[in-house]
Amino acid sequence: MGNAQTLERARAALGTLEHSVRDERDGLATLALSTATLGQALEALKTRAGFETPTLITAIDWLGTREPRFDVVHQLLSLAHNDRLRLVTPVAEDQRVPTATHLWPGAAYMERECYDMFGLVFEGHAGLKRLLMPEEYGWHPLRKDFPHQGIEPDRIYREWDRKRRAEWHPEEAR
Amino acid sequence: MTTQTFEYQPGSALHDQDDPLHGELMQLEMGPQHPATHGVLRLSMKLDGETMRGVEPVVGYLHRGKEKTCESLGWAKFFPHTDRLDYVQPLMNNVGYALALEKLAGLAVPERGEIIRVLLMEVSRIAAHLIYLGTTAIDLGAVSMFFATFKERENIYTILDAYTGHRMNNTYVRIGGVFADVDEKVEDLLREFLARMPAEIDSWESMLSGNRIWYDRNRNVGVLTKEQALGLALTGPNLRGAGVEHDLRKVQPYSGYERYDFDIPVGTIGDCYDRYLVRVEEMRQSVRIATQALALLKETRGGEFLAEDRRYVLPPKDKVHTSMEELIFQFKIVTDLRLPAGQCYHGIESSKGELGFFVVSDGTSKPVRCHIRSPGLMNVQAIPPLAEGRLFSDMVALIGSLDFVMGEVDR
Repeated sequence: MGNAQTLERARAALGTLEHSVRDERDGLATLALSTATLGQALEALKTRAGFETPTLITAIDWLGTREPRFDVVHQLLSLAHNDRLRLVTPVAEDQRVPTATHLWPGAAYMERECYDMFGLVFEGHAGLKRLLMPEEYGWHPLRKDFPHQGIEPDRIYREWDRKRRAEWHPEEAR
Repeated sequence: MTTQTFEYQPGSALHDQDDPLHGELMQLEMGPQHPATHGVLRLSMKLDGETMRGVEPVVGYLHRGKEKTCESLGWAKFFPHTDRLDYVQPLMNNVGYALALEKLAGLAVPERGEIIRVLLMEVSRIAAHLIYLGTTAIDLGAVSMFFATFKERENIYTILDAYTGHRMNNTYVRIGGVFADVDEKVEDLLREFLARMPAEIDSWESMLSGNRIWYDRNRNVGVLTKEQALGLALTGPNLRGAGVEHDLRKVQPYSGYERYDFDIPVGTIGDCYDRYLVRVEEMRQSVRIATQALALLKETRGGEFLAEDRRYVLPPKDKVHTSMEELIFQFKIVTDLRLPAGQCYHGIESSKGELGFFVVSDGTSKPVRCHIRSPGLMNVQAIPPLAEGRLFSDMVALIGSLDFVMGEVDR
């Protein structure tokens, strides 16, 4: 996996799109982008640089360390060239991230998980809803300000139970 | 009376106009406690007669917040939790996590440690594929297959019990190597097991491959094209079943996989039957790799199996009791294991696909992020496009052949 060659190919595909190269500990080719350029960059990387499949889409919460708070991480894999590319996009809490679902349908669950866990909204994602947590859950658990022991873990289950009882045994309802 | 033949074509539904239920959509919830969904998966589907007109997998019933747990526990104490991801192959998850941490720490594993890891990973792969084969076969009516494969899984449990002291959830991999050496007794058990496996696999194949029911229920069901599989981010046997020769053990070798001689089986059409054939052949290749690893183990007997780096690796227990320095190291590692700041990704070829750990450290003992790239979640995601327009009974074959374990899907 020639790191320099990967970067060269990716940067050639990006052309005039604004980006910068990052040096990461695992030596994986990494580019830093912005939310404005990410959508075009993903498309260019798929069509012109031969990154056929996404490996992961996730986020990192840097609360209290820096602004903007989140990093959205896309990691792409090229089978033809046998290399990986990581894209890091800083995102503020109220900013929207362009979706990758029109390029890879497989990105849908990754982005849903990201929305579920961090509350990041992906622009253009059809059917963006929670993946692992229940739809009624009011928090985003992987944010750093979410406590490890959870917030009222039983609340929604109690509410479900109350609703069900009211429906099935209306005579018991006060 | 004429007999009607059902020739399934990929993508075309058998739409029975005479079905009394045809015309109105029926909402059916399959799971989360359905035995054929292989865990707590709920499939919310709309049926037109028996044709599936919309499938939505609902996951999360087994969500335990593993990634959040890693952030609170710290790097080393998360090892037992990786076992509970894909609980049919705990040692494989251990190795995947350890490799990501070692990459972050820049730590090299001794040769013997790598060989033991490869051996454990390949035995785990066989164990995981046995689960696939047994459960898929019993779902499709071949009950005896379940007992045949679980008999062999029991043997694997016995070997792992002899080596690690546990049947499941072994947690035997550490940063820098493995916890203990493989002794001769375990080697003998493994040798005996590996010598018996090829004949066993042949007998299972002879029971299933030519079986008319098995063939009809799997052939041309759930056909994945190469482009579709890549777009859905599928990896592992599901991608190889679609004809893509991509195996991380070959193309991006880790743990010294480049030393071993093995082949990558690929499918031709990409249906459930191809994925079955790929997995059966993978078991044979795993036996091949494990046999080579056993031979290498004999050559390196007495060698180091755990790196000696006191920043990350616990000192041996007898030294902790006798030396002040080693006691301090032990204390520091248990309470405050620090990895260098940075981001790191490592993916391994697990039995379900690419199992990756994306770890982010800020240099303190609290992990910033540990993302688990779960192949099972991507396999679940592939259900709706493959199921839509097919008959309901194909769903069982599809779930089995995509092969996921909910512990890893939900994390």
